[in-house]
This record gives sequence, structure tokens and C-alpha cells, in this order.
Amino acid sequence: MSSEIATSIPERAARRRSGVTRRQARALAVQLLGPATMLSGLVWAVAQPYRIAFLYPEGKGAYDYLVQPPLLVVVVGLVFLVLIAPGLIADLERGERGPET
Amino acid sequence: MVPRPEIAHWLAASFALLLGLILLAEVIVGTTVFRRRPWRAYLWPSLALGAGVGLWVITIFSTFSTMHLLAHAVWAEAAMIAGAVQLAVVREKLSSPYWSLVTAGALLISGAAFLIHEQNPLLYSRSAFLHYALGWTCLVGALFPLGKALWPRRLVWSAGFALTWVMLAVLLFSDRDVAPIFGHFGEIAP
Repeated sequence: MSSEIATSIPERAARRRSGVTRRQARALAVQLLGPATMLSGLVWAVAQPYRIAFLYPEGKGAYDYLVQPPLLVVVVGLVFLVLIAPGLIADLERGERGPET
Repeated sequence: MVPRPEIAHWLAASFALLLGLILLAEVIVGTTVFRRRPWRAYLWPSLALGAGVGLWVITIFSTFSTMHLLAHAVWAEAAMIAGAVQLAVVREKLSSPYWSLVTAGALLISGAAFLIHEQNPLLYSRSAFLHYALGWTCLVGALFPLGKALWPRRLVWSAGFALTWVMLAVLLFSDRDVAPIFGHFGEIAP
């Protein structure tokens, strides 16, 4: 076998380690997307509390209680965190082995 | 009771934000992993198609202004066409990367609709400012699917496309029916 093609065992181990590190970093990034979105919604709610109808109920209708922008951002982050991220991370940790059978 | 326009815009912003997060997640994990579960692969095209249907409903209620009616109809049509083509791409009925040009075209037309149907200058009101900001964001965002059609292997196009939706969400969340822009109030609100 040509020595240009064959790799040494430490080299292969290092490559495997860097692959695992990269996968872990990706999983962490996906895991953080939801909480980061929720946090931005909470920061918005603190910065503009008057956009929360529960805190300022005067003259507010049904739609104002149903649709409150900072809370919508929190809900979107929560939906991503609960429904999208776990499956993605599970598939990522299973590695890129082609489609599921 | 028909909801106020700002309520509809905030709901649209939520969908745009969720879409942006999903597309961002696809960029992070890679398309192979992302499409391992079929429901995930169909998510973005279905959301685009669904958004088109929702926009048609809003079009029906936009009878107060012909310009708004036409603009919402254009957005609905663009979203449905882009969503339908992406559904066919995911289903592997269409395989050429050039189909990404349809998404670019949809964003281009949507951006133009934003810019054309705004009658007031940039700083007239919050609404006017956001129409321009949304229009230009769509026009710049159209460059990403265009780039993906021409250089499909580069990740920057997918990341840019995902961030375009996050940006659109931020702008739509900023919308108010009556609100100042940089301390300035329109003489005839909004």
C-alpha cells in the first residue's frame, strides 16, 4: 500500500477526535438556538413590558392577550427546543450514515 | 372580528422566526442529517406553502386598499410557488440546483411589492420605514438562493437565506399600526 494513502494510527485517532468535537459543537449550537431565542423574547419583555397585555390590561382585547410579541418569541424558541432540536441532535449523534431505514 | 394588521404581522413574524431557526439548524447539522427524517425535509416547503394560503386569507380581508390587496396577493402567490417548487425538490421530482432561482425570484418579487406599494417616504412613519426595510431585506435576501443556484456547495448561501428570515421576523415584530419612527410621527398615522 502506498504510504501516501495509508495514514498512521495517531493521525486517524486525531481525525476521529476532531470529527467528534465538530459534531459536539454542532449539537451544542442546535441546542442553544431555542434557549437563545427564548432569552431574547424575555429580554424584549423586560425592555418593553407594555407590550405584554397581562401587565397592562387597560383597553386590551382578546387578540392582545393571544398575540403578545415578546411572548410569541419565547413560544417560537420553546417550539424549536421541544419539537425540532431533540430529533436533530439524536440524528447528528448517530452520525452521517445515510438515510434512516 | 378581523384582527388588526399588526396582530397578523406579529403572527407572520413568528412563522418567519421559526422558519429561520429551522433553516439555521439545517445549516449547522448539514442537509444529509437534516433530511434523515422526512417530516423535517418537508417542513420549510410546507411552511412556505402554508404561509401562501394564510396570505390569501389576509388578501381577502385587505379590501380597504387596492394596493394592499395586490401586494398581499403577490406575496401569497410568490410564497406558494416557492413552496411548491421546494416540495418537488425535496421529493426529488426536480433535481437541478437552478430551481433555487424560483425562490430567488419569489423574494425579488416580494421585495419589489413591498417597495412599490409603500406610498410615503422612508421616515414618514414606522410602517413606511418597515416597508422599505422589509423590501430591501427581501431584495438582498434574493441574492442567497441566487448564489445557491450558481454555486450550490457553498454554505454561505444557506446561512444567509436562514438569517434573511430571522431579519424579516425582527422587522415584522417591530411593526405597529400607530408608532413613531426615530421619534418622528406620521402626520396622518400610520
